[in-house]
Amino acid sequence: MALLDVNNLCISFGGLRAVDNFNITIEKGELYGLIGPNGAGKTTVFNLLTGVYKPNEGIIRLDGEDITRKSTIEINHAGIARTFQNIRLFKNMSVLDNVKVGLAERYKYSSIEGILHLGKYKKIEKEMDDEAERLLKVFDLDGEIETNASNLPYGKQRKLEIARAMATNPKLLLLDEPAAGMNPNETGELMDTIALVRKEFDMTILLIEHDMKLVSGICEKLTVLNFGRVLCQGETRQVLADPEVITAYLGE
Amino acid sequence: MKKQTKNNLITYAIVIAAYIILEILMLTGNLSSHMKGLLVPMTYYAIIAVALNLCVGILGELSIGHCGFMCIGAFTSAFFSRATSESLPAAPRFIIALLIGIASAALFGFLIGIPVLRLKGDYLAIVTLAFGEIIKNVINAFYVGIDAKGLHFSMKSAMELNMDGGDTIVNGAMGITGTPHDANFTIGIVLLLISLFVVQNLVNSRDGRAIMAIRDNYIAAEATGINVTSYKMMAFTISAAIAGAAGVLFSHNITTLTASSQYFGYNASIMILVYVVLGGIGNIRGSVIAACILYLLPELLRGFSTYRMLIYSIVLIVMMIVNWSPKVIEWRKRTFGRIGAGRRKAA
Repeated sequence: MALLDVNNLCISFGGLRAVDNFNITIEKGELYGLIGPNGAGKTTVFNLLTGVYKPNEGIIRLDGEDITRKSTIEINHAGIARTFQNIRLFKNMSVLDNVKVGLAERYKYSSIEGILHLGKYKKIEKEMDDEAERLLKVFDLDGEIETNASNLPYGKQRKLEIARAMATNPKLLLLDEPAAGMNPNETGELMDTIALVRKEFDMTILLIEHDMKLVSGICEKLTVLNFGRVLCQGETRQVLADPEVITAYLGE
Repeated sequence: MKKQTKNNLITYAIVIAAYIILEILMLTGNLSSHMKGLLVPMTYYAIIAVALNLCVGILGELSIGHCGFMCIGAFTSAFFSRATSESLPAAPRFIIALLIGIASAALFGFLIGIPVLRLKGDYLAIVTLAFGEIIKNVINAFYVGIDAKGLHFSMKSAMELNMDGGDTIVNGAMGITGTPHDANFTIGIVLLLISLFVVQNLVNSRDGRAIMAIRDNYIAAEATGINVTSYKMMAFTISAAIAGAAGVLFSHNITTLTASSQYFGYNASIMILVYVVLGGIGNIRGSVIAACILYLLPELLRGFSTYRMLIYSIVLIVMMIVNWSPKVIEWRKRTFGRIGAGRRKAA
């Protein structure tokens, strides 16, 4: 069974059909790319998948479970984590705390124990610290656990956002333009990070990207969106050679 | 020891040290009776500043009606203490009154939070402002009496209570008279320490991190699986409860409790917001220190008579510059940072 199975997804804003009859099937362990010109509806698809928008029609299944009309929070608990096009970190919190926010769903103690610092508090906080540090080590951020998230350089903020998403222990990771605003060096490093996440956590990833070097370099399969519709779908090499895709990107 | 734990301990130490110094001054007779009268108010203003900082600094929602919660805590607890002033001994009576004050303020915080926390920024400020005024005005028109048949309520006048002898406890705009003086400086300090304990521990827990995550970016918080609504409610309710505790101290420190603008109006709420802003938003220790200094200052400046408020405002401006101006912060780091660095090397 496919990990993510989206069938006939549609949403309109007023008279605008932003996403029309969108289908996608992602198998476990795949690295899937979602591309398309500006305004094609890529981020709208992400917002539909994560419950920010509710679709007019269609069905979304994660690991066989219907998550179509669930809230963002429920979808996160079901196993989809995401990053944002414009980085959204918890700016005034430390790098460690950013990750610990992501861990909160798996490491629980009651509010009373939290306020009194009694009972399971010490033990669970210790476990959270260890797990967060282990995770940050993977992303090479373990040297800066006390730093404020907003004081990190841009590339590291991107990494921290991915680390925080990974802390929620997702089945599927959505990356919204992870290489936006990066120079070629940083993009290269980001590609290594994504490869590492796949290897370390055996993660299934769906990413939106404009950077063709990144897309052709790491994505196994692609879906091309144009004006809210799927233009082309399949293996990366074939899709990028498709004349329709070239037309959509470069014009006639 | 973690940096955060150490920071918390320093805050407790400062409060306890201030308490010991003031107690010694009092015992050796170095404190004027005027100053002695200021000590309990100082503690309850520090407590409500801590409560407001939880709402403004940690949760990131601007509330300018926090005196409304203080008002509720003050009146419910004073009502209880006044009604049972003859039947209960002082200690258990005050403890029960305290719990009643905290619980009713928390209840109102919860109920008001349901509609209000859907709003953001300026809108939330406007609604909380209105709420504070509504509480004050409703209590001003509220009459409650007690006689052999039980409780009587009216919103018109004391006559409308139709009482059979008995005792009018809440007398409209004249408020509650004759609340026993159960609060003192020691109780105030203990409550301040408890409030600090609750808020500082909350900040360093799972719930506290979730609350701060909502403040920093609620879209990302939702996407990270945090239940934004329930954590907002939690922080707002705890904040209201602590403000209620401040109200209990307030009402058990004065003989006549009235819902006057001087203590519960929007001016008073903004005064507390000034303590929080000047002490540093999100900085709990700063709130306590700012509340104490800024509460005592106008009283200590009485010698300057006409120029009192002028000097007070200059102090506010200077504090603002010292705490927030980037240039001054840089200068402070250069001058005092070196001393600190030297000391660290020596250690």
